Amino acid sequence: MKLLPSPLVCRDAVELVSDYLDGTLSRRQRRRLEKHLAQCDACSAYLDQMRATIAASGTVGPEDLPSEVVEGLVNLFRQYRADE
Amino acid sequence: MDDAELLKSLLGGDESAFSELVRRYHSTLVKVARYYVASAASAEDVAQDTWIAVLKGIEKFEGRSTFKTWLLRICVNRARTSGVKEHRSIPVDPNESGPTVSAHRFDQGGFWSDPPVPFTEAIDTRLDNTAVLNAVRDAIDALAEPQQAVVTLRDVEGLSTQEVAALLGLSEANVRVIVHRGRARVREIVEEAMKGSKI
Repeated sequence: MKLLPSPLVCRDAVELVSDYLDGTLSRRQRRRLEKHLAQCDACSAYLDQMRATIAASGTVGPEDLPSEVVEGLVNLFRQYRADE
Repeated sequence: MDDAELLKSLLGGDESAFSELVRRYHSTLVKVARYYVASAASAEDVAQDTWIAVLKGIEKFEGRSTFKTWLLRICVNRARTSGVKEHRSIPVDPNESGPTVSAHRFDQGGFWSDPPVPFTEAIDTRLDNTAVLNAVRDAIDALAEPQQAVVTLRDVEGLSTQEVAALLGLSEANVRVIVHRGRARVREIVEEAMKGSKI
């Protein structure tokens, strides 16, 4: 008799979310997680939060650098061009 | 303008193309360098040296990789050398095997006792909300190494797991674990920020 995998609890489900979103879970793990998500609003909310966090990370864009950092590097550029 | 166009202008000596590339990548270079070197000041030095190396090497850049990959490789090589000189050991995640969500948020059976409050509506529909993006940026800035470098490369710069692994000399499995832990930490910090300020 083949043993059925035990159902996931939330504490373990949250540890699979990142790999799930990257599509790197095994088929068996993915099914276990999806089965859990279908019945668990809180873990679905966690998944949504993680998805939104990753999306926002990809859109934060470059930090506003302090102007003196940019100026310092532009001065290096000028110096380099002048020495060439 | 995309990187390739900026590079073309830079080859022609265009100063504004250089400052745009600096604005685009300098903070990422600092974060990546910080993974290898002992201090924020050293990381700044490595990033600065990277730009000088770019200026020196740009005419030899053959475009076999993207500019971004080439730039990051220069940075990593320089940071590694500096790190060795400083006798710095590469940081490892101190809680690599612990849970990413505090145990106190679950009951004894492992189910949520303090469930996450959905922020889908707040964050998804307001991606242009500067406050939300700032919360995410601050959270990434607050990450410890190696999470900060790895999350920046993977999620901010959009490199694949394989690319991050190759660049930093880590296994793909290791990158996946670090990304997982870093993302969970960013989510946690943003959740706290949102609870606090109702952004």
